[in-house]
Amino acid sequence: MYQHTRLSNNSSGFFKKFKDFDYILLVCILLLGFISLATMYSTDGGKILFHTKSHFTKLIIFTLMMLAISFINIKFWFLTGYLFYILTVVLLWWTYLFGIKSSGSQRWIDLYFINLQPSELMKIFIILCLAKYFHRMKVENINSIYTILTSLIIIIVPMGLVIVQPDLGTSLLIAMSGIVVLWFAGINHKYFIYTILGFLISLPFMISFLKPYQKLRVLTFLNPDRDPLGAGYQIIQSKIAVGSGGIFGKGFLRGTQSYLEFLPEKHTDFIFTLFSEEFGFLGSVCLLAIYAVIIYRINAIGAISRSFFAKLFCYGFAAAIFIYIAINMSMVLGLLPIVGSPLPILSYGGSSMMATMIGFGVVMSAKVHSQQSIA
Amino acid sequence: MINQSDNVVKLNSINRRMFILATAKVVILGGIISRLFFLQIKENKKYLTLSDKNRIREWKLPPIRGDFKDYFGNTIAGNFEAYQLHIIPEQVENFRYTINRIKKILDLSDKEFQKIIKKQKEIKPWETLIVADNLSWKNFSKINNHLYDLNGVKPIISISRYYPYEENYTHILGYVSQANEKDILSSEIIKDKFVQGLKVGKIGLEKSFENSLIGDNSIERYEVNAYGRRINKLAFKSGDQGKTIRLTIDTEIQKLANQLLAGKAGSICVMDIFTGQVIAMHSSPSFDPNSFVFGISQDEWQLIRNNPMKPLVNKTLSGNYSPGSTIKPIVALSALENGIINTNFTVKCTGKTEMYGQTYHCWKKKGHGLVSLRNAMKQSCDSYFYEIARKLGVDKLSETAKKFGLGKEVFGDLFNIEKKGLIPNTQWKKNALGKGWLLGETIITGIGQGYIQTTPIQLCLMTAQIANGGHKIYPQIVVDDDKKDQPKDKYERLYKNYKNIKIVQDAMFGSTNEVMGTSYRSRINDPKYQFAGKTGTAQVKRITEKDRELDLKTFEIPYEERDHALYIAFGPYENPRYALSILVEHGGNGSTTAAPMAKELFKLIIDRHSLRESIYNKRYLEI
Repeated sequence: MYQHTRLSNNSSGFFKKFKDFDYILLVCILLLGFISLATMYSTDGGKILFHTKSHFTKLIIFTLMMLAISFINIKFWFLTGYLFYILTVVLLWWTYLFGIKSSGSQRWIDLYFINLQPSELMKIFIILCLAKYFHRMKVENINSIYTILTSLIIIIVPMGLVIVQPDLGTSLLIAMSGIVVLWFAGINHKYFIYTILGFLISLPFMISFLKPYQKLRVLTFLNPDRDPLGAGYQIIQSKIAVGSGGIFGKGFLRGTQSYLEFLPEKHTDFIFTLFSEEFGFLGSVCLLAIYAVIIYRINAIGAISRSFFAKLFCYGFAAAIFIYIAINMSMVLGLLPIVGSPLPILSYGGSSMMATMIGFGVVMSAKVHSQQSIA
Repeated sequence: MINQSDNVVKLNSINRRMFILATAKVVILGGIISRLFFLQIKENKKYLTLSDKNRIREWKLPPIRGDFKDYFGNTIAGNFEAYQLHIIPEQVENFRYTINRIKKILDLSDKEFQKIIKKQKEIKPWETLIVADNLSWKNFSKINNHLYDLNGVKPIISISRYYPYEENYTHILGYVSQANEKDILSSEIIKDKFVQGLKVGKIGLEKSFENSLIGDNSIERYEVNAYGRRINKLAFKSGDQGKTIRLTIDTEIQKLANQLLAGKAGSICVMDIFTGQVIAMHSSPSFDPNSFVFGISQDEWQLIRNNPMKPLVNKTLSGNYSPGSTIKPIVALSALENGIINTNFTVKCTGKTEMYGQTYHCWKKKGHGLVSLRNAMKQSCDSYFYEIARKLGVDKLSETAKKFGLGKEVFGDLFNIEKKGLIPNTQWKKNALGKGWLLGETIITGIGQGYIQTTPIQLCLMTAQIANGGHKIYPQIVVDDDKKDQPKDKYERLYKNYKNIKIVQDAMFGSTNEVMGTSYRSRINDPKYQFAGKTGTAQVKRITEKDRELDLKTFEIPYEERDHALYIAFGPYENPRYALSILVEHGGNGSTTAAPMAKELFKLIIDRHSLRESIYNKRYLEI
């Protein structure tokens, strides 16, 4: 049976692959792209200015890139899993040494045509790397000390390189992306429970290691009104924007909070706030529904994938996307302290979009090549 | 096979864990949606309010101040259009260039220029910089002609205070000027209505009636961005002008008072003896209050401040002077009322009286001979009054004087600068100076010298109350249409025996209208204008024996040592209606300096009486 499938798969060409696309996922991604463009247009004050143009270009390039990746056999990603991971670690190291400094942190590499943020790419490649690592793992080896240590090193190395940038938010997201794969891979529950307990116990000590501005963020989260014009300003204004949106929102291009520049970081981390102000509760729920469909489709693709690698990647990627969304929204809605975490596709930022699109591409490739088994 | 079962185990595990995670995702998603529900639906109102608070800001504009009118409705303090020049620095491409152009066009001095530059540095770039607050029409049109070259410069027509009668009303109205920190801290209303450029009353009625004059701010509502920049205008609510206040003053008489006192230091006030309405009240020299509206220049200020005639002092209200002989009607009345004398009582005047080892001189060296009360008043015989004061005693005298309004503020607390004057008695001296009263002091009090001090407005009130037959009146300067808070004791009798009032009135008639009377030369024979009065000459410095020998003419004495000239009068004699008091500082002699002014005044006052009556009657017709 496997033989037959493989044969028919081999005989299929370009059009067969095209037919096998997950169109629901594709439509959702394009819809998201369209929404992101409209929102970006609104952040530019209802004009086509720098952010809109730049976002549009990136959206086109990376959507094409996603489609291109879809045609690449999933096997290729299995084979290059470690390579991309190592390459990104090298880039992170490069960033540490020669990166571009901007507002106190060193996160970017100047590639002449684009300023690349390797930490964003690491969010995807760490999933790829760990998926590959656990693909062939025998059940009895999964919980061995050796495996656990190796996978922890895989997570800790990029995490450390991102923390020193310093970028606590992204490093936590990388760690979570990794940990979620470990969990799917079948590492014993008890390790996770111990880790969480250990984390909770050591929390007070860890807070003492935080940088002053990070401590301030935690304190501000606990009580935004302690400094309404300083540290608490962002979150207060963000809540005002969302809250004043109401059920139907203030209408497209009519968000006063963003127009009159009360909203901070409205292009990037706080873009949902602007969207929510203009489109209200209904719009926000629709946006969440689109994300939910995307996550559901990715999981569905994982479920029908034959290879353990593809399954691990899809589940892991879906979980990671969910985490990004959950953290971003909780942050702007005042449920979590402020950590830098973009909203996938919607937020302005090339590296983040590139990483997300690569992820979607690999998932699409897994769909197209779902019957592909990996030796 | 092992591989196969391995895969099954792994698949089971991953699917189970997928399911667990999916459940967690649904829960978290539910959490986020409920948070959205909470913020956007449940707390929507609160956040909408906060969002409006963010974006909407209100700007107060200076309120339009209420006018002052005279009795006949002429505006004596109003608002005029001031031509101003505003710049919003951020709207100007090249601020340096523009400001230098303006400097050239307006011909600004370097000092003024530096002031503008300094102001510009203090404000935010989108705030209005007032380059000039009161441009002449010539400069204003010049700017308008150069507007093509002055991007971002705004010629503005603003509203400002104006006093059309200039120095005529200064001491009554006072003036307005930029509100300072003290003004804001001392008044809640000013604090509430304060905006940049607000002008408030500094002295006079402008200050006393600040609360009703100030008016309401107009409010402009703007949408602003996070940096406070105005994005667009949402609404405009115009505020009401402050209340108009009508005074009892007749501008024509006020102007005449100003003319009569031109070049002199002194005071004139005129009062209706029945209503207590002040018809004129002027203190000379005065100054132009318009100079203060936009801030007075240092030079001009020094000129006013250092003028030896003290233009800043309202002599009518805050000048304490010895009343001199103008006190004599009260001394006579007091003696009559207390039964010390009657009309037949006589004193022999020899020019000087020896009493208690002191010599008291009459102004007439040769003496008046045997004088009765009527003659003593008429010729202002000092010896007579020394004698009756001695018999009367200072305590009884002060009682009568106080009854007739001396020794306390005439307008209550309407003017915060008003002085009380001083009516001494034995108790007062004990308390204030810790010494016993000397009889000699009673004697000179009888001719209005010594401790006794009165203000010109008090003398006017005293005269009015003698003229109206001895009834208490309450002087007023603001027309009080509703007449709500009438004091109970208005028109209360101030005398014991009406005859005594008549005797004093008749003596004053003699003083003005009969030969030998001190103000005989200033009389008017026409009964329509005929008035009765009493002159006064208040010594500024003690007259020494040497002075007596020299007997210098007024112009031979240094200005500061000359006597003050006073005159009080009422008229028309047959049917009295008005009383006045005149004081000329260092004017020399009451009969030669002050009394002739009364003649001029009465002519005008009586001529304008019917006009005034018609306004009064019209008010009742309208009702």
